[in-house]
Amino acid sequence: MHSAIEGIGLAPYLSIGAILLVLGVFGIFVNRKNVIIILMSIELILLSANINFVAFSAATGDLSGQVMTLFVLTIAAAESAIGLAIVTVYFRNRGSIEVDDITMMKG
Amino acid sequence: MMTQIVFYVFAAVLVLSATMVVCARNPVHSVLFLILAFFNAAGLFLIAGAEFLAMTLVIVYVGAVAVLFLFVVMMLDVNFARMREGVQRYAPIGGVVGGVLLVELIMAFTHWRVATNIDQVGHLVPSSPTRTNTAALGDVLYTHYIFLFQSCALVLLVAMIGAIVLTLRDRPTGRRQNIDRQHDRTAADSLEMLQVPLGAGVAAQGGFLRPHTSYDVAAVPGTYGTQAWREQEMEEETQTALVVIAPATGTKGQDNA
Repeated sequence: MHSAIEGIGLAPYLSIGAILLVLGVFGIFVNRKNVIIILMSIELILLSANINFVAFSAATGDLSGQVMTLFVLTIAAAESAIGLAIVTVYFRNRGSIEVDDITMMKG
Repeated sequence: MMTQIVFYVFAAVLVLSATMVVCARNPVHSVLFLILAFFNAAGLFLIAGAEFLAMTLVIVYVGAVAVLFLFVVMMLDVNFARMREGVQRYAPIGGVVGGVLLVELIMAFTHWRVATNIDQVGHLVPSSPTRTNTAALGDVLYTHYIFLFQSCALVLLVAMIGAIVLTLRDRPTGRRQNIDRQHDRTAADSLEMLQVPLGAGVAAQGGFLRPHTSYDVAAVPGTYGTQAWREQEMEEETQTALVVIAPATGTKGQDNA
């Protein structure tokens, strides 16, 4: 194990990542009335992936993990922008942002 | 020792604020807790030696994404009281799925080990006394990962265009610049020299109202604002729309733009 996280170890970082992932998944299931909070839960899940990437990068002394984190950040930003645009258009048309109302897209 | 204390403070606040993101009653509070969560994640990144990523996380998330979320949450006029209905109904399902996921992750964590030949793999060093983290990241980002980097730029471009296309509405009442018309204008079209007699005032000349006619008449026909054109435009819009969706019953269709 190299430099930076020597005093802490890899396990705490991975545990934080796991807790964040579970919280994000839980948030997706619980907030059925609000698509915006679902988008925020997805951000939490991506953040947990980022924490894992950075932790492994620091633990193995390899920069590739940090580069991947940068790409994940980019995708997360793009995803939230598109998601919020869809939510805005949907709200304009339907007057609500509940997940259950989106069933009208069923054929 | 100090590092460990700082790490656990950051980690505790991160987990607590992530919980609040999911559980807060008010979506605005959720966004604010999301900002707090990202700040603390940036702290964790700093401890792990990823300085550039920590700063990027703060700039991108707190500066851009969170503000975007805040903007949308405040722009949509959502009934916050109804938001929490159904939490009791769905909490067991979420708890079960989350619990299963957590158990699986624990099982995975307790059974992995680092490959023995990890030291033989060529490493890109994250930072060294002579090379900062940012410089090292820049070195590989523009060489080894140039194609991924460019594809990221394309993804952002698509996201930008997509968001604009989705939310842009071409409204007939919008005032649009007509460059040809601006260039064709001469001073004689819009300026008029008046001889104002002493003591008579400008009222006798018709006042200061310019142009003399109303804007609807003075404008180039069909470019702006005449009622007939507006109606025709709306009619075309309804005819060419793929689906005409009636507003949901019981809720008011909001028009916030």
